[in-house]
Amino acid sequence: MAEQVMAAIDGSTFSEGVCDYAAWASLALDAPLTFLHVNDNHRPPEERNLSGNLRAGARERLLDELAQLDEQRAKVAQEQGRLMLEAASERAIQKGGAEPGTRQRNGTLVETLEELQAEIRLLVIGKRGEMAHQDGDHLGSNLERVIRTLHRPILMVPPGFTLPKQVMLAFDGSKTTRKGVEMLAKSPLFDGIPVHVVIVGAETGDNRSQLDWALKTLRDAGHEAEGAIRAGDVEATLHAYQEAQGIDLLIMGAYGHSRIRHLLVGSTTSEMLRKSRIPVLLLR
Amino acid sequence: MYEKMKLSWFSNLKGDTLAGIVVALALIPEAIAFSIIAGVDPKVGLYASFAICVIIAFTGGRSGMISAATGAMALLMVTLVKEHGLEYLLAATLLTGALQIVAGYLRLAELMRFVSRSVVTGFVNALAILIFMAQLPELTGVTWHVYAMTLAGLAIIYGFPLVPVVGKAIPSPLVCIVVLTAVYLLTGMEIRSVGDMGELPDSLPVFLWPEVPLNLETLMIILPYSLMLTVVGLLESMMTATIIDDLTDTRSDKNRECKGQGIANIGAGLLGGMAGCAMIGQSVINIKSGGRRRLSTLIAGVALLLMVVFLADWVSRIPMAALVAVMIMVSIGTFSWSSIKDLKKHPMSTNMVMVATVVVTVGTHNLAIGVFVGVLLAAMNFANKVGNILYIGSEDAEEGRARIYTVVGQVFFASSERFGEAFDFKETVEKVTIDLSRAHFWDITAVQTLDRVVIKFRREGTEVEMIGLNEASATIVDRYAVHDDPEAVEKLMGGH
Repeated sequence: MAEQVMAAIDGSTFSEGVCDYAAWASLALDAPLTFLHVNDNHRPPEERNLSGNLRAGARERLLDELAQLDEQRAKVAQEQGRLMLEAASERAIQKGGAEPGTRQRNGTLVETLEELQAEIRLLVIGKRGEMAHQDGDHLGSNLERVIRTLHRPILMVPPGFTLPKQVMLAFDGSKTTRKGVEMLAKSPLFDGIPVHVVIVGAETGDNRSQLDWALKTLRDAGHEAEGAIRAGDVEATLHAYQEAQGIDLLIMGAYGHSRIRHLLVGSTTSEMLRKSRIPVLLLR
Repeated sequence: MYEKMKLSWFSNLKGDTLAGIVVALALIPEAIAFSIIAGVDPKVGLYASFAICVIIAFTGGRSGMISAATGAMALLMVTLVKEHGLEYLLAATLLTGALQIVAGYLRLAELMRFVSRSVVTGFVNALAILIFMAQLPELTGVTWHVYAMTLAGLAIIYGFPLVPVVGKAIPSPLVCIVVLTAVYLLTGMEIRSVGDMGELPDSLPVFLWPEVPLNLETLMIILPYSLMLTVVGLLESMMTATIIDDLTDTRSDKNRECKGQGIANIGAGLLGGMAGCAMIGQSVINIKSGGRRRLSTLIAGVALLLMVVFLADWVSRIPMAALVAVMIMVSIGTFSWSSIKDLKKHPMSTNMVMVATVVVTVGTHNLAIGVFVGVLLAAMNFANKVGNILYIGSEDAEEGRARIYTVVGQVFFASSERFGEAFDFKETVEKVTIDLSRAHFWDITAVQTLDRVVIKFRREGTEVEMIGLNEASATIVDRYAVHDDPEAVEKLMGGH
């Protein structure tokens, strides 16, 4: 099957954003679009029976009970998922794309994406799923797992859509991000959109030559590119640059063993994802 | 890695914690009862249950499954304990663990596919019967008090969950034990209590190496027991894992479970515990109580030890009648009652396998032998059935001077005799043609029978021509992985 833009939707507020960005990416990449909805039907029941005894036929009865419970939940989830997928398809068609495919799978989101990995060119996913708590900058726990398991570019989006006009690439000269630059140069996703390559660090000869290499690679491939080297704290600096330049999409390497990561305790990727109000494209 | 751990350990915190405690409460009477079956102090079973539960939480391949000291294993140890003592049991437990780890690396879990449903049902039923029978010594030659107490216990176990609200919040076996212990202490009746059965744990377990001479003689004593323990332990663990797979509709890693069981048994042996395995009843209770992840197993083990060590005085005062009631419940809950109903529906051959497994197991007190007989019978049934798929027709040719035999179906050890007898050697013909293009020769027995047929015809002066022999014997080759290649299957089984 051709590699496609896969958009994971559920009942959360992020799904509209997912839908719009996916439609945009599908048009820009000229790749087919597929909406995916995953039903996880096997969460343990909320109601507990702690009677701790075994009646005659306990196994059969328990299997019946659990199966019934799952069945009821699954039927509702299936129907809801179908409606969501229909709504998403309509929305995407209105955006001017070809008719997207839709898929419904059973299982957990992470497992499903792992299985479908080979078909995915770009995954579009909301910052949080419907199961995650709605408080503040929280990242969905599912999302972090997806990012760690999947070896494909992931576009993580906010609830609303803004057409990207200026994008920024967080660059540190590491192997991961150099590969990212090459990928970007080859990809038609940002044709006609200026790319800002930003290094957070001191103004050294090494950093300068890294930056020049990145700009040259991008320009040779026909992209508009600008560069900057800024000193300071990684996140704060990137955020400041983003606001100042009106950047509306951030590109970065995900959980690589990059120099950026070593500067901080914990993962810069997670931090950036959490704070970011604009879509983030994670490159693998 | 961290994310994976979070998922397999902490994604069902509340359910796992509560279920773990419920299971621990149910494990205590079982561990004591199984120690008594094996003929050792209750502390041996309790330490084993703690060690196995805690270790398997980390090493097991099936999350949410409960492993501890079990009846199936205890039954195998009886003579070893009687003739050689506890130290040899601990040594045998260590060896069992080592053998199970080897089995895990050899991927022997895959052999489970030869154990049919009927054998599994037979195993479960035999286990239930054996657990019940093991309670009988507590119920023979005793005063009426014991019967009254046991019946009251059963009434509480089955009646209490019907009470609204609290019925589903407090484990009824616990209520049974508490109430019966209170009655026993208040009335001071003369019946046996757990304290009379041997030593209870008074401290956390300590690391110790079994005091047995490390020589060939010791090995020869423990090896037969260890082999049986290995087989039965893995069998019950694999069966239980399959049951949990079905209940939760998730997958498990059976080979990892084998190795995990091995490590857990080595741990048990080193902490002065007896060998154990997965428990069907407890695992069902765990799932029913909402336990799903590894945490539930870990909490069950830890809670068990804490309760036993700190409440040892109280545990020793539990009347045996309460334990017997709990074990009767376990036995009733383990037995597959629907299998009795199914006897009418299922074919005779299947029923025979199930019943034979039960009868042989109950007769020998050894589940390994029962399962072996069951598997053997099932295999013979299958060979017999497939052997019936053989048809040999013949027709005249060349005005009675020749005959053409057409063989359709499966020729192998179980059907080769019928194959050999289907030819008429008394008929005087010049030429015989045997058309084998729609037959399959599965083994050497079949080929040799065909050779004999040809020779016999020759001795009568008949010329023999065979058609399609190469296609027919293609199935003899041992490794022809055709299951995933529809064309190859069609070629091999073509015409059927």
